[in-house]
Parts: sequence; structure tokens; C-alpha cells
Amino acid sequence: MIIDEANYGSTLVLYPDGRLDQDTADAFQERLLQAVSAGKEAVIVDFSKIPYISSVGLRAIMIAAKQSKSDGVSLSVAALTPTVNEIFEISRFNYVVTIFESLRDAITAASDDALNAFEAG
Amino acid sequence: MLVRFWGTRGSLAAPMTVQTSRKKIRNALRKSIGHDLGSDEKIERFIDTELSFAESGTYGGNTSCVEIDGGGDEYVVCDLGTGCREYGNAIMSKSVPQKAPVFNVFQSHPHWDHICGFPFFVPAYIPGNKIKIHGCHDTLEEAYRMQNSAPGFPVDFDMLGADIEFVKLEPGKEYAVAGMKVTAMEQYHSGDSYGYCFEKDGKKVVYSTDSEHKFESIDESYGFVDFFRNADLLIFDAMYSLADAISLKEDWGHSSNIIGVELAHRASVKQLCLFHHDPNSDDATISRILAETIRFEELSEEGDALKVCAAYDGQEIKL
Repeated sequence: MIIDEANYGSTLVLYPDGRLDQDTADAFQERLLQAVSAGKEAVIVDFSKIPYISSVGLRAIMIAAKQSKSDGVSLSVAALTPTVNEIFEISRFNYVVTIFESLRDAITAASDDALNAFEAG
Repeated sequence: MLVRFWGTRGSLAAPMTVQTSRKKIRNALRKSIGHDLGSDEKIERFIDTELSFAESGTYGGNTSCVEIDGGGDEYVVCDLGTGCREYGNAIMSKSVPQKAPVFNVFQSHPHWDHICGFPFFVPAYIPGNKIKIHGCHDTLEEAYRMQNSAPGFPVDFDMLGADIEFVKLEPGKEYAVAGMKVTAMEQYHSGDSYGYCFEKDGKKVVYSTDSEHKFESIDESYGFVDFFRNADLLIFDAMYSLADAISLKEDWGHSSNIIGVELAHRASVKQLCLFHHDPNSDDATISRILAETIRFEELSEEGDALKVCAAYDGQEIKL
């Protein structure tokens, strides 16, 4: 799975691309846990290129959410595709992590310095 | 094969309150405004076409009890939760016995919600009846005897009229009972639980409640995929949401609708039946979970089409 990333001030954004299922969840989980432990204040996962997420992908988010809580890092997801948004609601993962409609909304909520860096391109 | 659900709740009986009943009546009357309800037939049609299941009925509040009728000459039932009171009464109400008075109980585990109907199972009081309680635990007899003893219950186990036998089973071994092939499988649950597979004439029903599926369930060699393989009906513990089942309620020994759909797809199951409903869920909530599960099955786009239902007390599924 290709997972690009970008740093906006104290916020790290991950851009995974492709289905999050049995074939890809291990790599996603590993990268997500690295991101949560990277010393940033906030980690945002941009879901705009994730067409589907299975239970194993959701488990990866749960593990990262627990890790982020103990590390004091804000973890959120943004720009969910309609299918993934439905799966988050059906599985009640909308109560596990904060969901933002757009990446910009998530960055705005993260911090001013993140938004300034994001706006600056 | 015919499967009759006498109790479908998990953990604790959850009867409907008068407030809930009144709310359903009020809602039904409101919806009936403008409809012609001038005959019983019209009223029945209104109920069937204008009201949802949660509005017109209820999933019920009895704890686990599921009859598996493979057409044999003895009775077969999984667990004796509070649903077994009505099961016993239904058998006793027949003027002509349908089968020999031999009751084969398959016990998932001895937790209270799976045995607590037994003191009110009338056939247990009738001399000449035979009750065989099959299971893989060493503690089944102890649990049943403890339940039917002072100070918890006034009728001691030894006072029961029926001849009661405990039959120890080995997981993975095939048994022939009441004309069906029966196999047990160990499940992850506090104190262990066991699922049962019933096969007869090319039909297969799996009763798998009080079973948590951990992270290894994604493994290709996960044993439950084979156990569920090609089942015509999979009765599946879907008590919690996936989020709860792997966080707050991890290791509580129950599973979710999401895992149910994924395992059922991998095992090419034909029908998934959500079971062991949370006693905190009202009828509307269970209907919502059912609708969401059907939707998730559509979204998952894997395997053959899977039919999904939610078990309710009084339901019959013919295979």
C-alpha cells in the first residue's frame, strides 16, 4: 500500500491509497503507529483514496487510537469516501476517532500553525 | 430442517415494559389514520404493509433457547435460557406427542443466561421423560444441580421427575443424535463455550453463540471458517458493535455483526442470523442493527450473496 505523508507544523498527515483490508492493513497499522509515536501533536489520516475498509483495517485504527491516547497525540480521520463513512457508522467507529468532512477541517481543528503551513502549501 | 427460536437475548432476559408497549400502540394508531380498517383482514394487511417489524412486533426478551428439528423422533434444543419455559409449554400443550419424550439439550456453556430457564421447563418434572444434556464442559451437572437447590430454588435437582443424564462430548468428534450429525467446536469465551454444527440430508445449521473472534480470525486457516463452511444457517453472536467488541468489551466473549458478515462470506454461508441481542437494545435498535448489517453485506462485495436476518422469539426458519 502506498502511504504518502506531509508535515504541517506540528501535524502529520498520512495519505493511504487503496483498499484497507487483509492485504494492506499490516502496512497501514505499522505506518500509523510510527506516525502516532513520531512526537507530533496531531496525526490525521486522509481517507479520500480509501474505497473500502474491512474489520482488520478498523482494528488497526483502534490500536492506533489507543496508542495515541496514551501518548497524548490527537488522532483523527478526514475526507472519508461515502462507503467508508458508512462502514465507520455501522461499526460505531465514528465514536472511536474524530471524523472530519475535509482534510482542511481536520487541520483547522489541529492547530493554527498546522493550518498556516497547510495554506502556505 | 426447521429451526425455532424460543429465546434470542444475551446475558439477561429483557421483557418489554408497558411504556414501550403503549408507545408501539400509539405509533400504530397514528399511522392508521386515513386507512380503512373495517375488517380483521384489512387490519392484518395494514399491520403487514404499513408497520415495520419493530413497530408491530418485538424481538422478544427471552434468553438463549433454539430448537433444531431435523425431523428425527427425539427433541433437540440448544441451551435452556428463559426461552425454554415456552418451549416446554408448547410441547406439553400438544394433545398428541410429536416425538418420543427424549430431550437432547446441547449446552454452549453453563453461564446463567443459558441454563436459567430449566427450573421452569415443565418436561423436567414429568416421570418417564428423558433429558440428555450434551456438552463439552465438566461442570454442566454441577451448574444445573446448583441452580436447582436451596437457597436459590425450592425444588431440588433430585426431586425432578424426569430421568436426567449429562453426556460429555469431545470437540471435533461427530455424534449421531436424533437423526442428525452433530459436531462441537470450542469458542473463545470466559470459561470456554462451544458451538454446535447440525447436519441432516445435505442441510447444515451452526449454532455459535457466546463466541468472541479475536485478531487471528483474519488468518486463512482460522478454524471457524471450516466450521461454518457452506452452512445454510449460521446463528451468530452479534451482541456488540465492532468498536465495542474490540475495545471496552474486549475479552467479554462476544462478537459483532461486522465479523459475522466477514466470516460468513469467507465460509460461503447462505444465511446469517444475528443472535444473542444485547438486553440494552430495544426493538428499534435491533432493527437498525439488522438494516446496517444488510447494508454492510452489500458494501463488502465479497463472496456469494448472503441473506441476513435478526433472530426473534417465536421465529421459525425452514431449510
